[in-house]
Amino acid sequence: MTPRSFSAIRLGLMGLVLAISMPAFAGDQTVGQAKKAFTVGVLKAKVGDTVTFRNDDEFAHNVFSLSDSQSFDLGSYKKGETRNVKLTAPGTIEVECAIHPEMKMKIEVTK
Amino acid sequence: MSKKYLSQRISLPLTLLFGFLLIGSVVAAEADPWLRPDFAPAPPENQLTPERVHLGMLLFFDPRLSKKMSMSCASCHNPSLGWSDGLPTAVGFDMHTLARATPTIVNTSFSPIQMWDGRKSTLEDQATGPIEAAGEMNLPLPELIERLKSIPGYASKFEAAYPGMGITAVTVARGLASFERTVLSTESPFDRWRKGDQKAVSASAKHGFELFQDKAKCAVCHMGYNFTDNGFHNIGLKTEGEPDVGRYAQRPLKSMHGAFKTPTLRDIGLTAPYMRNGSYKTLMEVVEHYDRGGDDKTNLDLNMVPLSLTASEKTDLVAFLESLTGVPADVRLPALPH
Repeated sequence: MTPRSFSAIRLGLMGLVLAISMPAFAGDQTVGQAKKAFTVGVLKAKVGDTVTFRNDDEFAHNVFSLSDSQSFDLGSYKKGETRNVKLTAPGTIEVECAIHPEMKMKIEVTK
Repeated sequence: MSKKYLSQRISLPLTLLFGFLLIGSVVAAEADPWLRPDFAPAPPENQLTPERVHLGMLLFFDPRLSKKMSMSCASCHNPSLGWSDGLPTAVGFDMHTLARATPTIVNTSFSPIQMWDGRKSTLEDQATGPIEAAGEMNLPLPELIERLKSIPGYASKFEAAYPGMGITAVTVARGLASFERTVLSTESPFDRWRKGDQKAVSASAKHGFELFQDKAKCAVCHMGYNFTDNGFHNIGLKTEGEPDVGRYAQRPLKSMHGAFKTPTLRDIGLTAPYMRNGSYKTLMEVVEHYDRGGDDKTNLDLNMVPLSLTASEKTDLVAFLESLTGVPADVRLPALPH
């Protein structure tokens, strides 16, 4: 291994460590849907953030909320597909999958 | 190396190995997702006791729980007909035909959500719904309670089941729910096969189970020991007249329009005709429906796609479905209180 390639690997590793250790950047939060459950129980976010829901199951899921602070229906979508929602107001948003009512999570939105 | 040391060197790994194997086998036996638990869960405030189950059974078979004292819960949930009624759709108060089929109550105690449209969450919530529904038993709960209080024989039954709580809508609901928690599927040929009896089901049924999970995609919704995801899907049934909005009435979301709860497949051989509107008489007709990917494509569930099953594959699927039916447990009708 040449000194140059060794340095490149070292830099890459440092970058990877930094990326893992840094908190998720505002507006870039992702929640998976796997094994008929959301991968996050309670998500903390700010007004203006965008939350992405990603279906990792073999079957279709849905995402909706009828909460007072913000309601939305992102519809149903297949494996590998995503849906986004931009958070517009502070409060607690209760999120469910309409297809599988046992799937629930919350987004706690602050200013 | 001493014999003692050698023995320790060998025995420790062997002990660990056997320990792991033992634990692994126990976990594997408990973890079979296709075998149902021995008992249905019950909430802390309504744990099962023989007295509660007995009270619930009396109420379940008592026609005095209906306005005209002409129909009981068992009129529609008939144990002789797979705890359903054998009709395309239910017949309610004054012999009026209702819009939806009577779902079996077998294993409904495992469901976290009740009714075709999920409008009730627990068995206790659900239990008194049909009693007071105008189209079904049509007896307002206050009237029901007064009527039960006027039957002397019921007082001791309620007291034994729920000491000090009296005859109320709450104790009626809890009693009925307790009885329903004992209505469970019996061991089917499929169960015996899963437990190791290779001769319990035919080769056709075994292949049908593979198709069920793979090519036919049935397990996408009919998953786990109760063969349901407890979810809501629009499977594209043909309907006549005004469409039934189903779950949409509870959750006004586009994907829920025409969606209904996935029913159990346990004891399915006992509960024809099939589907929430009773539109198919045989399991082969049901399989044909899914092979077509449904008929009415309006707001169809994304999981519904044409399957291109061969005739042999359809036969295998039916053989598998039939293997989910056990021998019905004998039910001895109780003498009702007077």
